[in-house]
Amino acid sequence: MSVLVVVECDNGEVKKSSLEVASYGSQVAQLLGTTATAIAVGVASEANLGQLGEQGISKVLYDAEPRLKDFVNGAYTKLIAAAAEKEQSQVIVLANSNIGAAVGSRLSVRLKASLATNVVELPKVEGGKFTVRRGAYSGKALSDVVLTSDRKIIAVKKNSIEALHNAGQAATVEQFSAQLTDTDFADAPKQVIMQEQAGGVLLPEADKVVSGGRGMKGPENWYLIEDLAKALHAATACSKPVSDVDWRPHHEHVGQTGITVSPNLYIACGISGAIQHLAGVNSSKVIVVINKDPEAPFFKAADYGIVGDVFDVLPKLTQAVKELG
Amino acid sequence: MKFLVCISNVPDTTTKITFTPDNKEFNKAGVQFVINPWDEYALTRAIELKEAQGSGTVTVINVGEADTEPNIRKALAIGADDAIRVNAKPTDAFFVAEQIAAIAKEGAYDVILMGRESIDYNGSQVHGMVGELLGIPTVAPAMKLDMSGNTATLEREIEGGKEIVEVTTPFVASCQQPMCEPRIPNMRGIMTARTKPLKVVQPVGSDARTEVAEYALPPKKQGVKLIPAENAGELIKLLRNEAKVI
Ligand SMILES: Cc1cc2nc3c(=O)[nH]c(=O)nc-3n(C[C@H](O)[C@H](O)[C@H](O)COP(=O)(O)OP(=O)(O)OC[C@H]3O[C@@H](n4cnc5c(N)ncnc54)[C@H](O)[C@@H]3O)c2cc1C
Repeated sequence: MSVLVVVECDNGEVKKSSLEVASYGSQVAQLLGTTATAIAVGVASEANLGQLGEQGISKVLYDAEPRLKDFVNGAYTKLIAAAAEKEQSQVIVLANSNIGAAVGSRLSVRLKASLATNVVELPKVEGGKFTVRRGAYSGKALSDVVLTSDRKIIAVKKNSIEALHNAGQAATVEQFSAQLTDTDFADAPKQVIMQEQAGGVLLPEADKVVSGGRGMKGPENWYLIEDLAKALHAATACSKPVSDVDWRPHHEHVGQTGITVSPNLYIACGISGAIQHLAGVNSSKVIVVINKDPEAPFFKAADYGIVGDVFDVLPKLTQAVKELG
Repeated sequence: MKFLVCISNVPDTTTKITFTPDNKEFNKAGVQFVINPWDEYALTRAIELKEAQGSGTVTVINVGEADTEPNIRKALAIGADDAIRVNAKPTDAFFVAEQIAAIAKEGAYDVILMGRESIDYNGSQVHGMVGELLGIPTVAPAMKLDMSGNTATLEREIEGGKEIVEVTTPFVASCQQPMCEPRIPNMRGIMTARTKPLKVVQPVGSDARTEVAEYALPPKKQGVKLIPAENAGELIKLLRNEAKVI
């Protein structure tokens, strides 16, 4: 009755958020006195899957069906359900990603399981109660939720659990077939289009983010944001009005009605700090605010701040990062 | 074509969140409730598609108690044709999904739309659960939805990109920007909404699978450390040596 963790792979690499998920799962397994097995989805490499031992995984299941390389909700759900049956898993852990939310919700119905998404801490198991802490009210609150069904599915918020390293020896990698058929691929994508990434860092996975607001004055000034992001190996983001007027693409819009991020470092440049913006970023570990208005509400939510003009301050910061080496 | 749009009733985005003294429930006192902003994309797109097809209906469904009716009327004012309220407290995502699936099945809806998540519970669960309960595909989260006959072409957001997906009716999709420009009610809409049918039905099933034990507020920040603009480079040193994040 091992704990099952779902690891998403991309170009042979296990995604960072899935290393966190694997670490979460192996710690839950320890808590319950069992082992953790992983089921891999996406384009995986056997060598990298074996390394999941470092996150405490003992065994990895992998279905070599080529059509599993892209996200297909029907097929992924069936694959993970089959792995859960084989492993008799009472707890299934996935990332709170677009894939994790889509698959986890279907899976919870199929396996008659309790589901908690957006989970930010390891569970507490006390007096027969299994409780997880999750983010609610778009980052403005946390809630402790008891999962009452025998089976439990947990989707872990990105960057909220530290990935383990050296937690164990190499995991064994086993071929596994869920005997998927054409009907399982009914919602297979006709086409997959990936974004151009400035500096190659994906916003949802990033542990550092440089974000710009209306104070940047126009898209022609975004090189200032991009230069600092590149120097820091950070992703770029923006406030809602910036994407509404197409200065930046929609997938960069963070906040209550955009994406929620919780990187280790969030640098806000020329963003006022409206409550809807803060909701999407306030679980970031360190927040830096650069704004020329000392009364900007964002300073109240910040750890470090510079009252100043972004056009003056940003080049200095980029220069200072380069000097650090 | 019959569209079913699921709307939830959530605190306005400017709400300062507080809880009842035992921390077991959200404190509704003085709070303005709105249609979940993500659901507005679903509602507007359903109306646009119906208009383009020149026939069909848009029904909104809400699982909630009588206090959600002002926002149901607002959805009717925006352009939905009729509404169903399942008279129950929405205890958890599974319970809500069961209600929606039952109504969807009974009414034989072709397209079931909702927002990508609710801004209060942030579950992002109901779409997949409804799809699974009905045994039909769910496309979530969708950034674009076009229909041609019974075939829908959607753009599904994935981390770092998008997938183009084709499904035939019936299906479920969860919606987000930039699918459409959400509409706001006009005067005529508000007048006609008053007389559009709003049916109240009793819930089915009952087994919620989760229980909220307690709410808490996130830890407060210590206060901001300001660095003079002339010395901007100092910030980078602090981020490395003090905060240890770079
Ligand atoms: C239902 C709803 C949902 C919303 N959801 C979101 C959301 O998800 N995300 C989001 O971001 N917003 C959201 N908003 C919008 C939000 O209320 C704010 O309007 C928005 O965040 C403001 O963006 P901004 O800070 O970039 O612009 P502004 O509020 O215009 O702020 C610009 C800031 O830049 C500063 N500035 C100007 N020039 C300079 C300079 N040269 N150097 C330094 N600083 C400078 C100014 O002092 C100011 O503080 C939502 C609103 C509603 C009603």
